Amino acid sequence: MKARASPLAQTSEQLRILGQANGIPPFEEKMRAARLDPLCATGVTVFQINVGKLCNQTCRHCHVDAGPDRKEIMTRETAELCIRALAKTDIPNVDITGGAPELNPNFRWLVEQGVELGRHVIDRCNLSVLLLPAQSELACFLAQNKVEVIASLPYFRAAQTDAQRGDGVFDKSMAALRKLNELGYGQPGTGLLLNLVHNPVGAFLPPKQQAMEAQFRRELERRHGVVFNNLFTITNMPIGRFLEFLLASGNYEGYMQRLANTFNPVAAAGVMCRYTISVGWDGTLYDCDFNQMLALPLGFDAPQHVRDFDPALLFKRRIATRNHCYGCTAGTGSSCGGSIT
Amino acid sequence: METYYHPGDLAKFAEIGAGNKELWEKFQSYYAAVFAEGALTEREKALIALAVAHAVQCPYCIDAYSQACLEKGSNMEEMTEAVHVACALRGGASLVHGVQMRNAVGKLSM
Repeated sequence: MKARASPLAQTSEQLRILGQANGIPPFEEKMRAARLDPLCATGVTVFQINVGKLCNQTCRHCHVDAGPDRKEIMTRETAELCIRALAKTDIPNVDITGGAPELNPNFRWLVEQGVELGRHVIDRCNLSVLLLPAQSELACFLAQNKVEVIASLPYFRAAQTDAQRGDGVFDKSMAALRKLNELGYGQPGTGLLLNLVHNPVGAFLPPKQQAMEAQFRRELERRHGVVFNNLFTITNMPIGRFLEFLLASGNYEGYMQRLANTFNPVAAAGVMCRYTISVGWDGTLYDCDFNQMLALPLGFDAPQHVRDFDPALLFKRRIATRNHCYGCTAGTGSSCGGSIT
Repeated sequence: METYYHPGDLAKFAEIGAGNKELWEKFQSYYAAVFAEGALTEREKALIALAVAHAVQCPYCIDAYSQACLEKGSNMEEMTEAVHVACALRGGASLVHGVQMRNAVGKLSM
């Protein structure tokens, strides 16, 4: 969107459109009715670092608007601030995302520092990055450091996956998954976790996680000899390139109504922003990666930058919400760890 | 454009309950039980419903179960096969009545 100078490249334009979804009540109104307003953090167990927008893919649904042309990546100095902040806490999980986070030159350093601090490190991987010639040792590095790989794979068939992520991505994903399997990822008893992420290829909600996981397991093993640990189903957020798709295809209002009509108070009580802190490529703090992409910083007098990281203030902070938050509370709920309920 | 069927009318389905609340509630409860996971999965039931929607040619049902099938994890290939099942049954039901035609012709002919 940025390269095409689309109006939606401006986060203010996305927020304007989200504020004008006809026929749905403001998200805060639903939360009030569910006695969840104001929404507050309940402590932080996930320290999520978005190391930048650089990616080797240009997926049609990407909320980050990531791609090979993006230059915004985290510097070593900011990465060091992240590790310093992390060391001040006992947050158990470090979740590294992007873009393709592995393309950041500081990625491996971040992983090693996280491991040295005794934290569980997660790499949100697009799979195809593992096949790049310059990344030939990456899979081994991840295995050596016992990094959990959470890999995007929207569907177990090529047509749907390629429609969302680009021609040939499915075949590359299978090759990368086999490589991970050979290293022990997804295999019982190795402790090397390989979890897949399914998100719908279109303007509809994801299936029930357990049912879809069974389908993925059967199809990937039967057709491709690939194994994995768990499948996470994630709802597409109505922001970024997915918002652009919704508007261009005439699906925006119907999708927003679907999200609002299936608002689930139980899912709303368990949304991931309540236990996550998200750090942007420039060190700015956010409630989640989606707020980050909408440039919605922490509100209500919370520290704004990782250099000012203050666990006491951040662990009980009030969370900034807008209508895109319906994406996390619809149906069985959605988070970076999949379905909420 | 003026049409007999309006896509927005599907959302008004519950208004039928205004005429007889008790029957509507019984129908809703039965409907929910039918589509719950049982010996068949929710995904399989949605595919059956999609085929039936095409057999009875209900535009509301086609819209609703196209979306439902996707939301249960089905794909275009499976959904197209389901529609072909409906087509085969409808076509076969016509063709098998050719036996009646043959019986009638047989009786009338020398």
